[in-house]
Amino acid sequence: MKKYVLDLRVTSAEPYGERYLLLTATNSTEPLPEMCPGQFAQLRIDDSKETFLRRPISLHFVDYEKNEVGFFVQNVGKGTASLWGKRPGSILNVILPLGNGFTMPISATERILLVGGGIGIAPLLFMGIKMQIMGTHPTFLLGARNKSDLLRLDAYRSCGDVYVTTEDGSEGEKGFVTQHSILQEGKFDRMLVCGPKPMMMAVASHAKSIGVPCEVSLENMMACGLGACLCCVENTVDGNVCVCKEGPVFSIDKLKW
Amino acid sequence: MADLRVNIAALKLINPVLTASGTFGYGIEYQDFVNLSQLGGIIVKGTTLQPREGNPYPRMAETAQGMLNCVGLQNKGVNYFCDHIYPQIKDIRTNMIVNVSGNSPEDYAECAERINELDCIPAIELNISCPNVRHGGMAFGTTTDGAASVVKAVREVYSKTLIVKLSPNVTSITDIALAVQDAGADAVSLINTLMGMAIDVEKRKRVLSIGTGGLSGPCIKPVALRMVYQVAHAVRIPVIGVGGISNAKDALEFLLAGATAIEIGTANFLDPTISVKVVRGIDEYLEKYGFASVKEIIGICE
Repeated sequence: MKKYVLDLRVTSAEPYGERYLLLTATNSTEPLPEMCPGQFAQLRIDDSKETFLRRPISLHFVDYEKNEVGFFVQNVGKGTASLWGKRPGSILNVILPLGNGFTMPISATERILLVGGGIGIAPLLFMGIKMQIMGTHPTFLLGARNKSDLLRLDAYRSCGDVYVTTEDGSEGEKGFVTQHSILQEGKFDRMLVCGPKPMMMAVASHAKSIGVPCEVSLENMMACGLGACLCCVENTVDGNVCVCKEGPVFSIDKLKW
Repeated sequence: MADLRVNIAALKLINPVLTASGTFGYGIEYQDFVNLSQLGGIIVKGTTLQPREGNPYPRMAETAQGMLNCVGLQNKGVNYFCDHIYPQIKDIRTNMIVNVSGNSPEDYAECAERINELDCIPAIELNISCPNVRHGGMAFGTTTDGAASVVKAVREVYSKTLIVKLSPNVTSITDIALAVQDAGADAVSLINTLMGMAIDVEKRKRVLSIGTGGLSGPCIKPVALRMVYQVAHAVRIPVIGVGGISNAKDALEFLLAGATAIEIGTANFLDPTISVKVVRGIDEYLEKYGFASVKEIIGICE
């Protein structure tokens, strides 16, 4: 897939509490390029003196009618924090689309469970939207620490069934996603997972134990995002491979988890 | 348009802008962004005789105006390069230069000998300055005898343009440059990364998997510039300047300091199109000040 460096124009910057930000941006001059769920963009961070590199951020959604791409960002440090300075009209320099996304449904009846934890829910929305367009009904299992960290549920509900866990029980079932009844009782053909590494490892091990194919999206620290610097490697059955180029989505069969 | 052509010994460049090893993949990774034939050359990822897995993750730490890496020369070895990568890159219309590293002078020589057979690789850059491997690499680049031994071994089997990349982690880079010149190098490129460290205060441990890494990016530019100036005034072979070059003004500083060509490294990560922008910027500068050729400004800084 051809990659582009684009100066996007921010159309909205909507904070969700102090820790999350939904950035929507458009390409003023031309239609946005083709992009797949699970791929990511490298966002240029220009306003921070203490950071240097771009920040890899997953594609939250791509709306081709409005010619907009959405990024759902968590404030995890100086780099992401500087994105809070973006306003409608600000320029957002991006390289996209990068990496390989989730495997798309092979049939309309395929039962796919999309499991997200924390900000890891972000790329799953794009996948859910794409699945809905293809006529496949997605099921989401979304986990957070508490009710206030469960974000944009309506967007997920608009394209599929949504099940929720919170660690403190303030919404949905109490506990971790791996403890949710839907994961224990539901029948799924495939699982797609994005979230903190321990959570992905737990879901992956459950999927393995019941023989369900599973893909996870990794977020190793990156520099180039293009497969050139070899910094973001994951040790796989094929040796050290770049998460940015060979991933970020991997079948768990490839990983040494 | 000014005349941007320069020569590195027998190697003819259409302009003085190269991309640095380890920051531009095999060129293919940047094809969507850059017309590669507009570059003076591409120095591809470090290649060794045997395949190398490199160091464990994490291999990178961001710093103010730069980054540390300890990749550790991950590559699939020279045979894989010759059989699988070379066919993909041999028709790229620029100088494709292979960066070569090894554990012993014999390793370097055997690797260079294989690459000598490849028609479309007109030069190699000997990496005697990688700070991230236990054996070889920088071990050869920090003594005049070690540097000379590798260059001599390679020179015996390698007939094309031989560039030697120098480490800044030495007391006198000029002494090393003179030693590799005497041993038969056609040119020197400098600097490789500066050895550094990052510590995670929350975890109270060193960030990088092997503890230390090589520092690159704009933060090292003044050090690189000083070393290029010193070496260019000491040797008679061409000098290639590298270290933190992020725009045309940076590149011009190195040319004025005495570099015949420059390499762009870490800046490729921030702007994948920066290399061709630097070519344009150099041309604009020459036009603005009425220089007919880039050769006229090499080393003229007072």
